[in-house]
Amino acid sequence: MSSLELKDLYDGFRDPDVIKGYQKLIAAEAKKLDRNVNIMEVCGGHTHTIMKYGLTQLLPENINFIHGPGCPVCIMPKERVDHAYVLAMQPDVILLTLGDMIKVPGSHGSLQDARAKGADVRYVYSPMDALKIAEENSDKKIVFFAIGFETTTPMTAALLDVVIKRGINNIFFHINHVTVPEVMKELIDSRDEHVNSYDHRIDAFIGPSHVSVISGSKIYELFSIEYHIPVVVAGFEPVDVMEAIYMMMKQFNEGRSDLEIQYKRLVTPEGNLKAQALIEHYFEKVSLFKWRGMGNVPNSGLKLRDEFAAYDAEVLFENILPYDEIDDHKLCICGDILRGFAKPQECSVFGTACKPSSPLGSCMVSSEGACAAYYKYGNLI
Amino acid sequence: MTKNIVLAQGNGGQENAELISKIFYKHFKNEILEKSEDAAIIDGGRLAFTTDSFTVSPIFFDGGDIGKLSICGTCNDLAMMGAKPAYMTCAVIVEEGFSIDDLEKIVRSMKKELEVNQALIVCGDTKVVPRGSVDKIFINTTGVGIVQKSGISSNCVSEADTIIISNQIGRHGATIFANREGMEFSSALQSDCTSLWPLVEKLLSEGIRITAMRDATRGGVAAVLNEWAKQSAVCIEVQEESLPVSDEVRGICEILGFEAYNLANEGTFVLAVKSEDAAKAVAILQEFEEARYASIIADVTHQYDGRVVLLSAWGSKRFMDLPTGELLPRIC
Repeated sequence: MSSLELKDLYDGFRDPDVIKGYQKLIAAEAKKLDRNVNIMEVCGGHTHTIMKYGLTQLLPENINFIHGPGCPVCIMPKERVDHAYVLAMQPDVILLTLGDMIKVPGSHGSLQDARAKGADVRYVYSPMDALKIAEENSDKKIVFFAIGFETTTPMTAALLDVVIKRGINNIFFHINHVTVPEVMKELIDSRDEHVNSYDHRIDAFIGPSHVSVISGSKIYELFSIEYHIPVVVAGFEPVDVMEAIYMMMKQFNEGRSDLEIQYKRLVTPEGNLKAQALIEHYFEKVSLFKWRGMGNVPNSGLKLRDEFAAYDAEVLFENILPYDEIDDHKLCICGDILRGFAKPQECSVFGTACKPSSPLGSCMVSSEGACAAYYKYGNLI
Repeated sequence: MTKNIVLAQGNGGQENAELISKIFYKHFKNEILEKSEDAAIIDGGRLAFTTDSFTVSPIFFDGGDIGKLSICGTCNDLAMMGAKPAYMTCAVIVEEGFSIDDLEKIVRSMKKELEVNQALIVCGDTKVVPRGSVDKIFINTTGVGIVQKSGISSNCVSEADTIIISNQIGRHGATIFANREGMEFSSALQSDCTSLWPLVEKLLSEGIRITAMRDATRGGVAAVLNEWAKQSAVCIEVQEESLPVSDEVRGICEILGFEAYNLANEGTFVLAVKSEDAAKAVAILQEFEEARYASIIADVTHQYDGRVVLLSAWGSKRFMDLPTGELLPRIC
C-alpha cells in the first residue's frame, strides 16, 4: 500500500472541525438525558483511541467510559504464558508470536526474559512469516503461539491451511484465540459474591469494527434484542468513536436498544464468509477458557479440531507443559478493571509498583491495556 | 530492574535511563557526567568530548550506512554542545567472514562524512572476533570538539525559550524498520542521517541565542523533550499538529501502531532558542535542504513541571511520555 493511499484512510477521520462538531451534537443529546450512562468499549483498541486522542475531555460529565476485556495480551493467563515460556526454552524450538505478547510476565518471566536467557523468540507481523522461518530452519520446530480475537484467527487458519497443503512438517500451533460475544455475555450474566452490586453497569457497548469485518455485526444481535443494550460497531479513528457515541446518545433519548454499524466502510451484518468458513474448518470451541483476571469463561476460546492434532503444539509437547492453576497477583485489580468495575487509578499499585516497564497485572502489559493507556496518556490530566 | 539485560534497556527510553543511572552513573559518579549532556564539556569549557557505539541492522540502509552513522552520530553530539568537531577515534569490532569490500565501502563512507565535518580520525583499533560473536560489525567513535559557543545546556531551558524541530521526525527509525522487515513503499523513504555542524555553525554565526540543542536519536523527540523538561524543571507544551511528519513515516506508524515522536532520528535535532529569535532560527534552518521542514513546535511553561504535554487540534491534551519497552508492532 502506498503512503498516499494510507493517508487517505485516516486524514478525514481526524479532522478537528468534525470532531468538534460531534462534540456539540453529543453535548446537546446528553443534556436531554436525566441520568449518567456507562459506555463500555469492549476492545482495547478503542480504549487506546479514547485516551490517545483525549476524547473523554470532550464529553459531558454524564457520559462515562468503562473499559472492557478486549485485549488479547491482557487476558492471557499466566498458565498459557508459562506454556509459551517452556516451549521457547526448548533447544530445538523457535517460538513465534505477535508484538506485545513477548512482554507478558508469566510465573517464570516473560518471553522477553526467555530470549535474554538464550531462547529463540521472534515476533512476526503476519503468521505467514512463519513459512520463511520454517524453511530457513528445517532442523527446528517452529511453534506459532497464536493469540487474538476474531481479527487474527483467520490469519492463523490461513497459515495452517498453507502448512497442510504444502506438506510442511516443522510448524506447530499453540492456540489461544478467544471470541468477543461470549465474554460480553459473561460480563452481564455473571455474579460476583465479592461485589455488592455486581449487576452490570453497562448501558451500551462500542463493538470493535475489525472483529465485525470478519464475523459481521450479527454476533452482537443478542445484546440489543435479549438484553436491550445498544451496540454500535465502530472504527478506531477519533471521528468514528465520536460518531458512535452520538449514535448511542440518540438511542438513549429515543428509547431504543438497536445494533447499529457506524463503521459502514467495511462492516456488514454477515461479515467475511470465506474467513468464517476457514475458521470453522480448522477450529472448534473449548468449553472453558481462562481469562487473566476474569477466570473461566464458557465457550470463549478456540482449539484445533482433533483431526489436526498433528499440528497442535499442546499435543506434541504435552509431557513438558505445566498445567497447574496459578493465581493472579494479590494487589492487582485487573479483573475488576476488565469487568468495568474499577478504573485503573483505583488500583493501589497503578503507576507505582505496576508500570509498563515492570507490569504486575495484565492491563499494564499491552499497549492496548486500559492501565497502559491511562499511564501513557492520562495519568494526571 | 530485570536480572538479565533485555533489549528494552537499549531503547533510549525509560528502561535505558534506569539502567544507566542505576549501574553506570552510580559507580562513575562525577560532576561532569551528571550534567548528562550530549557531550562532556572539559578543559575549562574549551573542549567537548563524547563517544558512541554503532550497531545497526541492516548495516546499509536507505539514506546511509553504519559508517556514515558512526561519524554523524558522534560529530552531532559535539555540535549539539556548540562545538566544532575536530579529532576522532575509530574502533571497529568485525565478525569473522565479513566482506572486505563492504568494510572498505563503510570506511569510504566514513571518510566522506569526516570531510563534511572537517574532522580527522587520529587513532583507532580493530578487532576481529569469531563468527556469531557480533552482528557483522560494530563501530565505536569518540570525538573531541572545540567549543565555539559556551553555555548551551539542557539544564537551562526556561519560559523565555521556544522549542524548534529542525526537520521531519522519525525518518531514521522508520527506514530501519522498513528495511529490516522488507516493507516496500511506493515512495522513497530515507533515513535523515546527516551531519549537523554546518547548520549549527550558521545559527551561531547569525547570532541566534541557543539555550539547548539535542539530536533526537534513540527515543526520538519524546525522549529529548522529556529529558529537558526534567533537567530544567519546566513543562514543554507541544502542538501536535506542528510536528512535521512525512507521509511515509506516518504510514509506517499507522500500520504498526508507533508514534513518530518515539522513532529515532540521525540528522534531526531539537533546539530551545530565545523566543524572539525563534522565527529567524527557523528561516535560517530552512535554507538547508536537510532542515527544510524546520518548525516551531512547542512553548515552555510551568503548567506541569518536569512533563511534556501534547495539545491536540480539537482542544484535548495528554502527556507525551518517554517511550517504554521495545518498539513492538501492535497486534490489532
